[in-house]
Amino acid sequence: MSDISRRGFLAAALATAGAVIQDTVRAGRVYDPDRAGRAQTPITAADNDARIQAIEKKLRCTCGCGLDIYTCRTTDFQCTYSPGLHQEVLRLTGRGKTAQQVIDEFVAQYGQAALMAPPKRGFNLAGYFVPSIAIIAAAAILVRALRRWTREAAAVPVRTTLPPTATPEELERLQRELDRLDA
Amino acid sequence: MPLLGHLSLWVAFLVGLWGAITGFVGGARGRGDLQQSARHATFALCGALAVAVLCLEVAIFRHDFSLQYVASRTSRNLPTFYLWSALYSGQEGSLLFWAAVLSLFGALVQALTSRRHRAYLPYVAAVTSLVATFFISVMLFAANPFQRLPFTPLDGQGMNPQLQNPGMVFHPPMLYLGYISITIPFAFAIAALLTKKLDAEWLVAVRKWAILSWLFLSIGLILGMWWAYVELGWGGYWAWDPVENAALLPWLVLTAFLHSVMIQEKRGMLKKWNLALILGAWLLSIFGTFLTRSGVIASVHSFTESPVGHFFLWFLLFAAAATAVLYVTRLPLLEAEAKLESMVSREASFLFNNLLLIGIAFSVLWGTLFPILSEAVKGTKITVGPPFFNQVNVPLGLALLAMTGVGPLIAWRRASIPNLQRQFAVPLTTGVFVLLILLVAGVRDFGALMAISIGGFVLGTVVQEFARGARARHRQYGEPTPYAIVQLLARNRRRYGGYIVHVAIVLLFVAFAGMAFKTETEATLRPGESAELKGRDGHVYTFTHLGISQYNALNRQVTAALIDVRRDGKAIGRLRTEKRQHVNALGNKTFEPSTEVGIMSGLRVDLYVVLAGLVNGTEQAVFRFTINPLVWWVWFGGFVLVIGGLIVLWPGGAPVAIKGSKAPFAQAGYAVKLEPQA
Repeated sequence: MSDISRRGFLAAALATAGAVIQDTVRAGRVYDPDRAGRAQTPITAADNDARIQAIEKKLRCTCGCGLDIYTCRTTDFQCTYSPGLHQEVLRLTGRGKTAQQVIDEFVAQYGQAALMAPPKRGFNLAGYFVPSIAIIAAAAILVRALRRWTREAAAVPVRTTLPPTATPEELERLQRELDRLDA
Repeated sequence: MPLLGHLSLWVAFLVGLWGAITGFVGGARGRGDLQQSARHATFALCGALAVAVLCLEVAIFRHDFSLQYVASRTSRNLPTFYLWSALYSGQEGSLLFWAAVLSLFGALVQALTSRRHRAYLPYVAAVTSLVATFFISVMLFAANPFQRLPFTPLDGQGMNPQLQNPGMVFHPPMLYLGYISITIPFAFAIAALLTKKLDAEWLVAVRKWAILSWLFLSIGLILGMWWAYVELGWGGYWAWDPVENAALLPWLVLTAFLHSVMIQEKRGMLKKWNLALILGAWLLSIFGTFLTRSGVIASVHSFTESPVGHFFLWFLLFAAAATAVLYVTRLPLLEAEAKLESMVSREASFLFNNLLLIGIAFSVLWGTLFPILSEAVKGTKITVGPPFFNQVNVPLGLALLAMTGVGPLIAWRRASIPNLQRQFAVPLTTGVFVLLILLVAGVRDFGALMAISIGGFVLGTVVQEFARGARARHRQYGEPTPYAIVQLLARNRRRYGGYIVHVAIVLLFVAFAGMAFKTETEATLRPGESAELKGRDGHVYTFTHLGISQYNALNRQVTAALIDVRRDGKAIGRLRTEKRQHVNALGNKTFEPSTEVGIMSGLRVDLYVVLAGLVNGTEQAVFRFTINPLVWWVWFGGFVLVIGGLIVLWPGGAPVAIKGSKAPFAQAGYAVKLEPQA
């Protein structure tokens, strides 16, 4: 600030005020702004940054909605938590932190509940792998049972609904009919 | 009227208790008088609850704000359309709706069930009455819809704005109907266990009810997705919310049942499994209700935390224990009548299909409950959100989609190698062809590649099945192809209706895959300014902010933004997105402002615009623009699913070989008449 002269500062302030007034005049005031919900600030390039969005999609909003920060802040635009969390993500990335470091900061501050999915370590591994292990175990049991059943079926003499007097020709015609239906 | 409604609840409670006792005792002792009394009790129960519903609706329409329920859910200026839905928009009213519909189904079962299944009816009356009595007791002792306020306010608080949407008028009752109607197959299963009549007869009695439940759940789920998409404003339709998961669980289990029941009907196998599925589906429906109403897991859907959660938990535990004991004691009576003859058979493929469906159900249940488990075991609060569910369920879902195509291609009992080659050639070629087209088109998303190419394989299967059936009819009866297809559907509704459902599943999976190509941006626009967004369909969409208007409607103050939309510079229409501040009849603000999304729906993409708000109270506004590919196909897929389900459900048309306990032999799926050779 010390580098800016008084004249320069005044010029900048006037320009900013002029821009705001110009914006207001150009855009026009609405009848009752309160009806339109929470006042918004203009979108910046960082708001649309895919990297920021990717980080925010991994972090849970603390408002209790169960959504990630990005989805919550862009859903109804009424949440009072997600804009602050968004600013926190911007602040951390602005400091040069990587995506993982930002996530780690959130976990340090809010606990593991800050993550949209639990980290794959410790007890959480059960969360990820129990369904897969259960399905694989069930599949193994099923295959074993199927083998046993098919063995038992093979051991039992085959009973058919065909009359005992069916000739080989009739059986062959039956097979042809079945094939024709299958075809 | 409120007093009459309250009294009706007490009458219903006593009648329900009587019906349950006389049904069980009459069934156990074979006393015809008690059985008849239980039957009559179901009709009386239905009548008493109908009076209670009528009383609550009259109170709602008369704006009787002396009732806490009416005052907290409605206001004088609430549109009439939503006054109807106020009946089930809150905890107490939805419990009444549930009990009333269950009593209606219970009475219908008694009136419509054919004579040959009469042996089950006393127990069916007992179970339906008992479950309805439980719901009535919850109302009487914890959540009474006829509870009065100490004073009568001038106006009510109004209905939550998010519920003021046509989707919410139809989505909850459809889901409730699905949940509630599962009680009927469950009641028949309990009756079969108690009477020890465990052959395929009880399946005949419940099959239509099971399909009906599945159909209602399907419609409820699709409508819920539609409501979430058009109302909530986050641009998606499924968030793996605990309550969404709770609705999906019985749907998955019922889908497994509708497949495995065919094996019992045709081969007399899987008796234990089918019973377990029906019992499990009902328990999951009660579990879902517990989740929704207890507040035990945070969800956007949940009713506020209330003591009814304890009622549901104890009821669930009691029902699960009683059911398990009954089931285990009857296991020796549930031996299969035939043996599986080959690993490569329709029966085996259905078993793997069941494994996947139940596996998905388990992983969804596991993921939903894992936060509670983690907190109980480790004391660590965690979140299990969409990334977890997608990671676990997408591979399982793709495998299930593939099984949808594999099952119909494998013969009953035993498939030969030449038969397999002949059956798989066209569908596999179709799937590979689709995959190559996608790769050439530059699609690299693995999930989307798999979903669409496996979808191609399944469609190949369905088309082949229809083509072969139509060709056979053409050969046999000389019918032209379109007529032959209609005849196929008419004469074997279950099989070909099922194939229509498979087509719907393909459409849904392809549409889900489309969300991998979603693009979105936020922009601040003054009137006349534009934002551009390039979709993955190759087109550039230009959104021009035309201006803001504010006006009053019946129960809200509206701030609307009008957006001109162009595709590659060519005008394609206008979108309107709103902020709504709801007010009561006195002009008092009732809720936080809500958002109404602007959607332009097309076959390829949906253009989805949300008005975030205004800058400095001016017409300069913040918007979120999203291009959602293939969403239209979700709704179309849902429509096809319902059509397929209705075809399956429609009475008549399908002679089904029932494998009774006395039938001596296992049979193949075809009946072939051998004519004398010329």
